[in-house]
Amino acid sequence: MKVTVKIWRQKDSRSKGSFQTYPVDNISEEMSFFEMLDMLNESLVKQGEKPVAFDHDCREGICGTCGMFINGRAHGPISGITTCQLHMRRFNDGDTIVVEPWRAKAFPVIQDLVVDRTSFDRIMLSGGYISINSGGAPDANAIPISKISADIAMDGASCIGCGACVATCKNSSAMLFVSAKVSQFAVLPQGQVERKERVQNMVTSMDEEGFGNCTNTYACEAECPKEISVAHIARMNREFLKANLSG
Amino acid sequence: MKLESKIPKGPLSEKWTSHKFNMKLVNPANKRKYKVLVVGTGLAGASAASTLAELGYQVEAFSYHESPRRAHSIAAQGGINAAKNYPGDGDSIYRLFYDTIKGGDYRSREANVYRLAEVSNNIIDQCVAQGIPFARDYGGLLDNRSFGGAQVSRTFYARGQTGQQLLLGAYSSLIRQMNTGKVKFHPRTELQDIVMIDGEAKGIIIRDLVTGEISSHAGDAVVLATGGYGNVFFLSTNAMASNGSAAYRAYKKGALFANPCFTQIHPTCIPVASGFQSKLTLMSESLRNDGRIWVPKKKGDNRAPLDIPEDERDYYLERLYPAFGNLVPRDVASRRAKEMCDKGHGVGSTKLAVYLDFADVIQRNGKNWVADKYGNLFDMYEEITGENPYKTPMRIFPAVHYTMGGLWVDYNLMSNLPGLYVLGEANFSDHGANRLGASALMQGLADGYFILPYTIADYLARTKAGKVNTSLPEFGKSENAVKENIRKLLSVNGKQTVDEIHKKLGQIMWEKVGMARNKADLENAIVEIPKLRKEFWADVRVPGSEDTMNTELEKAGRLADFLDMAELMARDALMRNESCGGHFREEFQTEENEAMRNDDEFTFVAAWEHTGDDSPPQMHKEDLVFENVQLTTRSYK
Repeated sequence: MKVTVKIWRQKDSRSKGSFQTYPVDNISEEMSFFEMLDMLNESLVKQGEKPVAFDHDCREGICGTCGMFINGRAHGPISGITTCQLHMRRFNDGDTIVVEPWRAKAFPVIQDLVVDRTSFDRIMLSGGYISINSGGAPDANAIPISKISADIAMDGASCIGCGACVATCKNSSAMLFVSAKVSQFAVLPQGQVERKERVQNMVTSMDEEGFGNCTNTYACEAECPKEISVAHIARMNREFLKANLSG
Repeated sequence: MKLESKIPKGPLSEKWTSHKFNMKLVNPANKRKYKVLVVGTGLAGASAASTLAELGYQVEAFSYHESPRRAHSIAAQGGINAAKNYPGDGDSIYRLFYDTIKGGDYRSREANVYRLAEVSNNIIDQCVAQGIPFARDYGGLLDNRSFGGAQVSRTFYARGQTGQQLLLGAYSSLIRQMNTGKVKFHPRTELQDIVMIDGEAKGIIIRDLVTGEISSHAGDAVVLATGGYGNVFFLSTNAMASNGSAAYRAYKKGALFANPCFTQIHPTCIPVASGFQSKLTLMSESLRNDGRIWVPKKKGDNRAPLDIPEDERDYYLERLYPAFGNLVPRDVASRRAKEMCDKGHGVGSTKLAVYLDFADVIQRNGKNWVADKYGNLFDMYEEITGENPYKTPMRIFPAVHYTMGGLWVDYNLMSNLPGLYVLGEANFSDHGANRLGASALMQGLADGYFILPYTIADYLARTKAGKVNTSLPEFGKSENAVKENIRKLLSVNGKQTVDEIHKKLGQIMWEKVGMARNKADLENAIVEIPKLRKEFWADVRVPGSEDTMNTELEKAGRLADFLDMAELMARDALMRNESCGGHFREEFQTEENEAMRNDDEFTFVAAWEHTGDDSPPQMHKEDLVFENVQLTTRSYK
């Protein structure tokens, strides 16, 4: 296979970026998309050029490090996977593939396709935890939790924090990301004590970081590699309203 | 040098309790005067950093990731062991201890392993309290499953994403402490050197991976929780950035490296598909609960799996090990898979694979039941291979997964360098020559939540707080050495990329220091590796400069250390004239091709000391004393 990649190159956060076009030849369809980029980078290095910087680590879809816009879609053309899980069999010989970084005010570009997502950490920091110190926790089976609640909590907890929801949203909203965590703790007995402050603090932090609001387009759900449902957003809205009304 | 393991006296089950009482404490008002530097924020590092901060210490935490949530602990799929005995199937702390020490082929310390089993139950309690959504049954209680090397169900899990959930739990504790200001987190920073002041570890040098800035940080103690070195093989299940540099640089500063040859090859990985393969993907061991491993009885059988009738299939693990069947420990399952392929029974286009078949369980319990339990793994497999495992058996092959070896630590998890603690996969302490499934998560969290926070106090209480600052000449000297090394890497300006040389190293390691080793190959590796190291320093090409984000420079620095470590691994493997756990020497096997230990001569930990760049390392022995278990030949028949 042979493809042409059109990639966003940007020296650093202060510089202006632009698209650069590179041909990549001798690709086999078993290769992952990143292995194709590795191949491109290897040839760039050999020519003494700087390789394309992109975020990646586990290459098995769980660490949430990778993320890029491929042909206008977050994590590429296939639903329910991260960019690192994308394989070249999903493209055709001769394709031109356009690759861009996540674009959102709250995710400034560091270099090429690498963006700074520490805004996500700062939201988590404002309340994405249950306050329990190490040691002294009650027996794990002391409080039974219905399988349904545990499953809903797990659905939210499976968020990998990649930022695809933000990148794909026309408002750059982080509602899916934040609601997945709020929801996880809202349905668990352990999360009840801090339930109100958690949703209030996390929503405040989300707004302060420059993320937009939700206008119910559901683009986030469609592009989430873990297929997290917008039902979590609905739950967060209820939680937020309840917390504010009850003072 | 005499190695003092500092194992407390007294009966096994009382050692940890009495040790906790006998250790010195730092009083609550004084804790805030001490600063601890924690390098690495995966399970072990994040749990340690958060717990230390909860206790009142000042903590600075460092990670080369943008966020602690990216650490490779996140990729652990199957589960975490604990001796809760909730299913009532006969489990106990003693049984978990026994299984772990036997699974490690009697090359770990009794006292450490017992303590691990002892605190395993606290971990589950802690995690549930953090809001980790473990799998539950319809009565609302926690569910368990089985893993290799055990005949009880003691593994707690959260779908196929247990590592993710545990890491996010530790991360949530850590960010809570970041929010209080007790933990200062330095994202995208990589350790370059450990700074020793008067023989004690008191600081580190780091490189900011975005700006390239080199800076010094001083503290009262240094904790390394920097993971394993499996990527020395280039292809492994480790994440791309996982590396051994922190441990190796500590080794160069005098820390001993223990059992470097103990590498775990995981039996169930997706086989290599192309020459440009960048990493290997694991399929959780939990699949062996319900999947059946087989190869065609006929050599070179090219029929599709579904066309091979039942009586022409060899379910070789069930045949060889009727008691444990498909759930034999990892080292045994891996070696048998390799043996089947070597004998010509391999499947798939490369013939380097065996089948893992779910047809029986799908017929017995239905597709939905299987999807509920393993759905994400099946999807992952299909995305990578283009084959649907609900319809056709998975193809699997062993791959490098975990390193049991690591920096030598005493019972307190302190290395031989005072003030330097090592946790999680980065140390050597608990898994002997083979780690059982679902035990890595257990160890990482045990070290971080429940062991280090006690033992570090014993050291800190004996030192004056804030004794050291970065204006001392040792810091400047170390910074200069680091900068010089970086300049050296950038100035080679050769013809080969970092990855090209890394692949060559990987090939030497896989062929000669891999799943089966022998004297001649190891001797050859000890010649080949230094040659390749020379080639690296003469011909590597690292473009760009040091003062920006430079991913090739990061990789080059890590490879330079791997090239040194590789030789150490080969030397250790050559020294160990026995087969045990993941270390299989072809010269030492029974008639049935099982590993043959040599307890008379090799019941010890080999701890290697760096003696200089041009002289061979020196080995020190820590004899392993077994007072509670009898050393027997492992049998899983």
